[in-house]
Amino acid sequence: MSERFASVEDVTERLAERGYLASPSVATTVFLADRLDKPLLVEGPAGVGKTELARAVAQATGADLVRLQCYEGVDEARALYEWNHAKQLLRITAGRGETWDETRDDIFTDEFLLARPLLQAIRSELPSTLLIDEVDKADLEIEGLLLEVLSDYAITVPELGTLTARHAPFTVLTSNATRELSEALRRRCLFLHIDFPEPDLEERIVRSRVPGVDDALSASLVRVVNALRRIDLRKAPSVSESIDWARTLLALGADTLDEAVVGETLGVLLKHTDDISRARQHLQLDEADVRR
Amino acid sequence: MNGRRGLDTPSPSGSGYSTSGGGGGSGYSTSGGGGGSLPARLVAMVEALRGHDLVVGTSETVDAARVMEVLSLADRDLLREGLAAALIRRTGHRRVFDAVFDVYFPAGVGAREADREAAGEGQAADSVEALRDALVDALARGSDEALEQVAASAVDALAQVQGGDGPGMAGSGWSARQTLEQLRPQTMIVRALAARGSSEGFVERLDRDEVRRDVERFRALVQTEATRRTAEVRDRDRVAKYAVRPDAEQVEFLAANRQQVLELRRTVQPLARRLATRLSARRRRRNRGQVDIRRTLRRSMSYGGVPLKPAYQHRRKARPELVLLCDVSGSVAGFAGFTMLLVQALRDQFSKVRVFAFVNHTDEVTELVTSGEADPGALVERVMAHANVAPWHPSSDYGRSLRSFVSRYGASLGPRTSVLILGDARTNHLDPDLDALRDISALAHRTFWLNPEHESRWGLGDSVAPAYAQIVDMHECRTVDQLSGVVSRLLPV
Repeated sequence: MSERFASVEDVTERLAERGYLASPSVATTVFLADRLDKPLLVEGPAGVGKTELARAVAQATGADLVRLQCYEGVDEARALYEWNHAKQLLRITAGRGETWDETRDDIFTDEFLLARPLLQAIRSELPSTLLIDEVDKADLEIEGLLLEVLSDYAITVPELGTLTARHAPFTVLTSNATRELSEALRRRCLFLHIDFPEPDLEERIVRSRVPGVDDALSASLVRVVNALRRIDLRKAPSVSESIDWARTLLALGADTLDEAVVGETLGVLLKHTDDISRARQHLQLDEADVRR
Repeated sequence: MNGRRGLDTPSPSGSGYSTSGGGGGSGYSTSGGGGGSLPARLVAMVEALRGHDLVVGTSETVDAARVMEVLSLADRDLLREGLAAALIRRTGHRRVFDAVFDVYFPAGVGAREADREAAGEGQAADSVEALRDALVDALARGSDEALEQVAASAVDALAQVQGGDGPGMAGSGWSARQTLEQLRPQTMIVRALAARGSSEGFVERLDRDEVRRDVERFRALVQTEATRRTAEVRDRDRVAKYAVRPDAEQVEFLAANRQQVLELRRTVQPLARRLATRLSARRRRRNRGQVDIRRTLRRSMSYGGVPLKPAYQHRRKARPELVLLCDVSGSVAGFAGFTMLLVQALRDQFSKVRVFAFVNHTDEVTELVTSGEADPGALVERVMAHANVAPWHPSSDYGRSLRSFVSRYGASLGPRTSVLILGDARTNHLDPDLDALRDISALAHRTFWLNPEHESRWGLGDSVAPAYAQIVDMHECRTVDQLSGVVSRLLPV
């Protein structure tokens, strides 16, 4: 099969065209996942762009994005395929007078098969990108099912035989680490931990997402966010929160940061009351109030 | 099968692919004496990772070799990211990996190029004063490259330790501590702030923090550089074994330094989440009961008497109660603080959690721990300040504490209560009052003792651990790993 990306720089450039600014580690790992034909397991705090990465790769390679959103209780019928029972019943009723053999051969064909995301990605005529989102939310049994799909890119349907992928899909699994994934699943994947980006990368992300923000404001905004990440918070502000904050500041028409603006808009960055009070303390916002 | 490429197929030349053969030995030029061919070095690095309790299988090693084949070896940072993607499987392992990588794939050999040039021109920054100026400059600019450069020069100039057998022999090496002691980077903060010129407006208040963090980073850089230089003169494998700090989860509670304690505290929430899933999985498994005949027959009526959907006997058990009894005296305070935070984070797994603290008198601190969410760092200090745990003298007295627990809070124990006692059982040669512990163990459903000391030290000196261990189950809990094992295995669900 043809490679999707020519080099690590190529990955960086083409993802950037789609609005995803990749750090060197992200670009390298995406490149390797492509070259080694391995699925990519992405972990990291919420809101650093794990899902976004899959979307950007799909767009950059011109592939369809097939998404399987995992949740507690997701099962084979939701992930792989399902027989369309209602339609099969209709077919049986319609074909009165047929012998059983004829009917049986007929109702277990493609026409009655409902393809779910994994099967869709495997059977896709065109190259596709498969995103298995929040795989840690799914039950352990689903992992076993993923093993066959991810190592052979094949799915066995008892009535039809083994279906093998025409194009091995570029696969991205994301996890928020609410549960330990099994060693077997981890072993089949390349591992990528996306952390909060370096300050200058984050500045570039903010500027590309919120075009109206000037350099000075985005720089000081990122510094404040980074300072907040270093203190112990229940939920550290993420890249998506930085972007939201930039949008908020823009909407308020603030072109520099000061106590009043930061104090009023802290709720955009932090989602817990005690986080906010701790941040106020750390940024010495309350002392300013007292002085005034 | 559809284009899954095996190892044997030659790689199409990507850009900057510089080695001559398929994963062969040539490309990496800085092999610095020992180390051998590239595959050999990779295998040695994998061995070192395994030595640090990372599970790296053969398939991962093969993947790593393919990574080296595909990526250009010219760019060390890309190689690092690539190998990390292939070799590590968990977020927490990255730090260990980075340190080991630095030993096996060093940035260069000997002094840095820039240093050599400077030395040639007779302007080497090797006096302590000159280095300090350079450091202040680097801190003021906040530039990573500059910091790295200063770290390299500093190690080159100040770190050399002569062993008995002369330079380059066993015994000699490069000491990060020696460098940092002479340089004292923490005293540079004020000067760096002045040199930096404070930023305008609101962000001014962040300056000091940022410089302080850069100083921490500088220390780490010096450490890496010293390790790199040491690895050149000593056996690489030995250096990899000793120079890499252990993972936060394997740090011993009693030996943790301040920074490690901070790291530990950061692991509380994720750890609690992992433990909660393990506990609830155990709960689910327990719930898988026997077939309930009566309800199955009743259900089968709607299918004409065929028992299509069997009904099970689920025993709905009330969640257990947990009582935590912690020694908060100086020697084991770190362990107690961590466990209190962990249990607090796990509180929705239990119907009731009560926390008691003692040094030589027991007092309830449940309130303090709950309201302590705002600042987990000062938890033990707050307990010491607000609870009546040491009314007479500051040293721990297990016998008296256990007795006061029984007499004051004995009523809090019942047939659904599990008691966790935390402490090193060092009684300062006072009466251990074994009967008090017997009373607790008789009142509670189950009682466990978690001891942060190594099992071989139980019973030495003033430790009465063996005596207590005869009455209740005592478990060694030196590291987070061990603690989480004990919590997920033992706690009732």
